[in-house]
Amino acid sequence: MPDPADIELRDLTAGYERHPAVHHVSLRWRRGDLAAVVGPNGAGKSTLLKCVAGRLRPMRGRVTGVSPHQVAYLPQISEVDRSFPVTVAELVSMGLWHELGVWRRPTLVQRQRVQQAIEAVGLQGFERRTLDTLSGGQFQRALFARLMLQDAPVVLLDEPFTGVDTRTLEDLVCVLQRWHEAGRTVIAVLHDVALVRAVFPTTTLLARELVAHGPTQAVLTEANLLRARRLQEAFDEQAELCDVSEPNAAEESSHAHRH
Amino acid sequence: MLTGIEGLMGWLGAATGLEFGFMQRAALGCVLLALGAAPVGVFLMLRRMSLMGDAMSHAILPGAAIGYWLAGLSLPAMTAGGIVGGLVVAAAAGVVARHTVIREDAALATFYLTSLALGVLILSVRGTQIDLLHVLFGSVLALEASVLGLLAAVAALTLVGLAVLWRPLVMECVDPAFLRGVSRWGAAAHHGFLALVVINLVAAFHALGTLMAVAMMVLPAAAARFWFRRLQPLLVAAVLMAAVLSLLGLWLSYRTDWPTSPTIVLLLGAWYGVSMLVGPYGWWRQQHVPQRHLKG
Repeated sequence: MPDPADIELRDLTAGYERHPAVHHVSLRWRRGDLAAVVGPNGAGKSTLLKCVAGRLRPMRGRVTGVSPHQVAYLPQISEVDRSFPVTVAELVSMGLWHELGVWRRPTLVQRQRVQQAIEAVGLQGFERRTLDTLSGGQFQRALFARLMLQDAPVVLLDEPFTGVDTRTLEDLVCVLQRWHEAGRTVIAVLHDVALVRAVFPTTTLLARELVAHGPTQAVLTEANLLRARRLQEAFDEQAELCDVSEPNAAEESSHAHRH
Repeated sequence: MLTGIEGLMGWLGAATGLEFGFMQRAALGCVLLALGAAPVGVFLMLRRMSLMGDAMSHAILPGAAIGYWLAGLSLPAMTAGGIVGGLVVAAAAGVVARHTVIREDAALATFYLTSLALGVLILSVRGTQIDLLHVLFGSVLALEASVLGLLAAVAALTLVGLAVLWRPLVMECVDPAFLRGVSRWGAAAHHGFLALVVINLVAAFHALGTLMAVAMMVLPAAAARFWFRRLQPLLVAAVLMAAVLSLLGLWLSYRTDWPTSPTIVLLLGAWYGVSMLVGPYGWWRQQHVPQRHLKG
């Protein structure tokens, strides 16, 4: 695993059909951070994460310190066809793609690592079960096992704990903390503020614009949360072109989008 | 003793028709076809593209017809024409689907209907009724050595192609977004698979005709689904079912003097119905037989 670098967003604006979902956000995650991104629905959390993962091209600004092939990314809505007849072990083994490529067969050691990953998420005994026999929480565990095998310096998770019971949550948080201890940068979009306070040292509060970013205690204050809610409600469907020109972004081409 | 075995073989040959060279070639052709078409059909079914295979089988007609127009009943010309025609229609439908409001299914439907009409028109104007029937319904009882060579090559290419593309193809089926994230093999797997579909359809069309070429793909795969859950057993079962049933169909058509392609396809269809009733994952067993369950 190569060492992760600091990840920096500079004046990032991104969205869909010219409507920005993330608006002029600049921030920096230290390498090895265990960071949460919180905010109301539609605050641009997933969009921000997609930009960091390299899955979405920003309208303006840029992301530095991370390249798409260094990232293990868990999307909010997975496109997995769960009716396709593959087993849990086969799904988890896909995380070895960067080592195996198209043709190489997994070695004994690699097969043991698959087994260890499956055990680490508490799915032992399910290796040969097909995906359509798994519950939602078990399936989420399998996706986590696949992420573990990707062995990426940066792990991005988009609402990884939705619909997951307490015990699964505890197990998966353990996996997160082990990634953190191994020096990986972990960034997760979450809704559970109590969980963020308990587990994540760093938090980003987003409401299309950046509300606050820093140590969780300082970010998740009543005042900031209230401000995030207000900002989120105040958007205009018939917005005009945004023409912010900041001195430090003068060299970049001017952008045109509606709010 | 020797005469006894020879007598038995002679009786078998007479009963199955295998004493004739054309029946031997037809039987070999059926097995070769099953080897290539059935595994491709399993992936078509699992990707919910069975009807797309049907559309493609009509799309190869004008290409084959143009080959026929230019070179007569020539195997290389009609094969090359069919492959080019199929790939052009698949690519054109893909372009229309990506760049206009028409979705892929509708785009393919418009192209294959036009292609089918064009193919029938060319064959009717330039050829005879016999030629048209030959192309529409195939000529499994008149397979020449060159056609057998083509069937063997297509079967080999399909098995090698599936083995080479196996991992990206399965990943592309299960989780296309993940594959896009980690590599560029998704597009190669998709297009390579479409190419395998086209060459198998062209091979099948020489034996079964364009109207029923796709049957060797779709029906054994769908029947196997009622018997097996996992991917690898599905592939093996589909090949075995396709081979055995097409041989049975060949024999039945020889005994009854029925046309061969429809007999084979009807047998495949009947087996699909039987599988649905008695297969462990079929409708009857799932709905009406109480299931014993395990303790844990």
